[in-house]
Amino acid sequence: MQFDPFVIPFNIGLYFILIYVVTRSVIWFHDLSKPDKLRLQRGFFGLAFGLSLKEIFMESLIHRKILKTNLRLGYMHMSLAFGWFLLILFGTIEADIFGAKHLNAPYKAIFFRFFNPDHGRMGFEAAYGFLMDLILAFILSGLVLAVTKRFYSKVVGMKKTTRLKITDKIALTSLWLIFPSRLLAESFTSGAYGTGSFLTGSLGSWLATFLPAQQMAYPFWWLYSISLGTFFILLPITRYMHIPTELFLIFMRNSGIKTGDQAGTYSEVQTYSCSSCGICIDACQLNFSAGITNIQSAYLMKAIRNNDDVSGIADNCLMCGRCDQNCPVGIELSPLRMIQRRGGEAVYDIRNIYKGYFRSRQTIVSEKAIGSLNYNFLPEPDQKKADILYFAGCMTHLTPTIKNSMIKILDASGVKYNFMDEQGGVCCGRPLMLAGLDKEARELINFNSQMIWKSGAHTFVTSCPICYKVFKESYYLDVEVLHHTQFIKRLIDEGSVKMNFLHKKVVYHSPCELGRGSGIFDEPKDVLNHVSRLEKCNFEDENSLCCGGSLANMKISSQNKKKIAFDAVNELTKNTPDILATACPLCKKTFSAVTETRVADISEIVAEALIIKPLKKISGSNITSIKELANI
Amino acid sequence: MGKHVVVIGGGVAGLEVAGQLSKVGIQVSLIEKDSKTGGNLNKWYKLFPDRRKSSEVKEYLNGITANDGINLMTNTSIEMFNRHRDHFSIITSGGRELIADAIIVATGFDLFKSARKEEYGYGIYDNVITSADLEEMFSRGEISLINNTIPEKIGIIHCVGSRDEKVGNFYCSKLCCVTAVKQAIEIREFLPESKVFCFYMDMRMGGVFYEELYREAQEQWGVSFIRGKVSEVSETIDNQLLIKVEDTLAGRPLKMKFDLLVLMAGMEMSEGGRKIAGIGGLRTGENRFFAANDNHFGSNISNIEGVFYAGTCTAPMNITETISHARAAVIEVIDYLKDSN
Repeated sequence: MQFDPFVIPFNIGLYFILIYVVTRSVIWFHDLSKPDKLRLQRGFFGLAFGLSLKEIFMESLIHRKILKTNLRLGYMHMSLAFGWFLLILFGTIEADIFGAKHLNAPYKAIFFRFFNPDHGRMGFEAAYGFLMDLILAFILSGLVLAVTKRFYSKVVGMKKTTRLKITDKIALTSLWLIFPSRLLAESFTSGAYGTGSFLTGSLGSWLATFLPAQQMAYPFWWLYSISLGTFFILLPITRYMHIPTELFLIFMRNSGIKTGDQAGTYSEVQTYSCSSCGICIDACQLNFSAGITNIQSAYLMKAIRNNDDVSGIADNCLMCGRCDQNCPVGIELSPLRMIQRRGGEAVYDIRNIYKGYFRSRQTIVSEKAIGSLNYNFLPEPDQKKADILYFAGCMTHLTPTIKNSMIKILDASGVKYNFMDEQGGVCCGRPLMLAGLDKEARELINFNSQMIWKSGAHTFVTSCPICYKVFKESYYLDVEVLHHTQFIKRLIDEGSVKMNFLHKKVVYHSPCELGRGSGIFDEPKDVLNHVSRLEKCNFEDENSLCCGGSLANMKISSQNKKKIAFDAVNELTKNTPDILATACPLCKKTFSAVTETRVADISEIVAEALIIKPLKKISGSNITSIKELANI
Repeated sequence: MGKHVVVIGGGVAGLEVAGQLSKVGIQVSLIEKDSKTGGNLNKWYKLFPDRRKSSEVKEYLNGITANDGINLMTNTSIEMFNRHRDHFSIITSGGRELIADAIIVATGFDLFKSARKEEYGYGIYDNVITSADLEEMFSRGEISLINNTIPEKIGIIHCVGSRDEKVGNFYCSKLCCVTAVKQAIEIREFLPESKVFCFYMDMRMGGVFYEELYREAQEQWGVSFIRGKVSEVSETIDNQLLIKVEDTLAGRPLKMKFDLLVLMAGMEMSEGGRKIAGIGGLRTGENRFFAANDNHFGSNISNIEGVFYAGTCTAPMNITETISHARAAVIEVIDYLKDSN
């Protein structure tokens, strides 16, 4: 039997990690909620399985998404992941075909050259050796990039790279040592026996000219084995846990499991799937506009994994969703952050056992101690009957031009509507939710829901994307919820309102809550195209910027908010548009404070272009609104 | 001496500086962007704290500037100025070049543009006006709404564009409180049947006779002062203005209806001043006003030798302070010209 003591570290590491991953996945599965367990089981025997295999190949090995955003960074990840995969695959095949026996223990494939030093002299064997060298060269090229990135991140086209903790550094060093030590071990062995292909062969014969190759090889085989063993043993408590975890994530996601609002298996799997690649840091406006570089999602994931206090990180975020959009692993970063916010400063039940190998459940034990808020001061809900309810929202009341424009449009369209919060309404609840106060938000949601039920309306229109998102997602209503841009689009399509074409150059800023948050990208642009000359800009749709005024950040200073607003406006007004259009009262307010360009909500532009049919002709003067009629 | 000084801005500070310099025989070119001098003073009818007419102050200023030593250039602005070894060359909007030994910047302030505070509805609702608009009504001798009726209930909102992070102004304009008190009294005088309510954050009555005026407003004229910042204004169907505010002393939210709302617009660095700062490389502070070289003994001195400041281009000031500051600038200039001889 082919055996040598140097394979022991590798074997220990390998069997450890295999047992660990199996145990961990059993625990994860056990902790899933019943419906999620069912989803997973159904997914395993269904389409999700095939989809997941494909996704694992494309994302975990090839790293297609990273390649798309950043070619060099993608190549680095691909060469390490895909290259290593190929090396194992072809190594196993090599060992099975050319080895002494078929079906070998894994170490025989990994250390094939040691046990078969004479192999690969000619013919098919040499060609196969060439292939193996090629794969090794592929990995090493990525490794060179990775090492350089650690010390000089701009090489791979990144402005910032993540900072590491000590175990990460040890694991990183052992990972870095794996392939160079394999290269040297194989080269010395090849040099001693005169075998090896273009890489190991030539390096080996050159080294053999001045070094005792036979004696030099053995320590490097040891090093190779120890590096692998160390890496495997440290893997569960370092960021490299993302390698096995991502497979679970992909499979769970394809089975239809969602993050939800409580910590659980899925949130934990996602947290461990973060490879700290740092793409979220480059996408974050707090980083590139305000210079805040310690709160990005990669750091949040790391802090959760390390059981650090995360409240400072979790609350310092605009919740714009740019990182969700850019995450190559597809982790639902904003929902994960919301889970942490809901926890607030509560005490966590952290079962940090076996030095972190089987750690926290992220279970929140105590209720957030916010005191006994009560909402007895809310009036009795009361609402007149109407087909359509218009809800301006608090922010729209602070930008009355939007409110007035909507009234003008609603009046002109001839629909039967009620202005739900004309005399000031009750908050939609989203700001409380963003602060992690779900229970309190529920009180407001209940109140508003009753108002809506009493009206008997079938359509609910709001001017504020912040309200829209919560009415759409967190209210259980039997009415159609529309943002006013969707509603205006419908009025235009139905022909209920007619407009002049304004010969104005307009750039559209897609608000976070409406665009990335709710997936409404097209309707606002359709409306703008209908009434004006809509121009393209660099930050469109999913890639749009945050205005900086977000309600979600409870830590940021007003100066930093301003910096973000200023940078965003500069990008948007590069081509000197006549109007910077948006569809959110908060964006409008934030932008107007920092630019000379006219900032207007879409409703204002539409109201400006509106052709109004006179209500009634009185002594030659055109009366166009009920208010004017009342004043006569 | 045969020296020539260019004064930029023909408001209170600029006129005082020009008058005092010409008194000691220095040639002055006074540059004013408008067609007439007086600046913001022209917008005011009566002045706090004694409610004398602003025209009296204008008469005084016109008096000291009516002499041959002053070359007044109205409808003129500065396009460029450069410092040479011992003099400045200044290009005016007319394309004329002026050679001066020193420059005094007296570009003053602009009132905060209240439309920027959209939630108060200035420019959106007809009966929301600013303190300057009210002064204009006083000088016309009538306070009326857009439909020519007389307002009965009038609200005055303090701190519009002052001490407001959201509009980027952290500082206190310090004159609006007393202006509000003065205008509240005047409204009550004009319209004895009216009710006036002031909404304030703090009453900053630091000047001479301010506190007395504040007491008079409450005791003699029955003006109500409510501590709370107005959050928003909306219009009702009968053209009244509905405000939302928290009465922070009573600790409860309020909704009140008014016929007329007056916004106490704060003071900001003037647009003209910002332009001068840009073309001349003059340092400005975080509040965007010109930054003086020393807060205690160099408030007239700029970062460029031979360029001096006078008046509200450095900070909010009342007329008394502006005139004192202008006179101080004159001393600095005379000192400078003497040294450069």
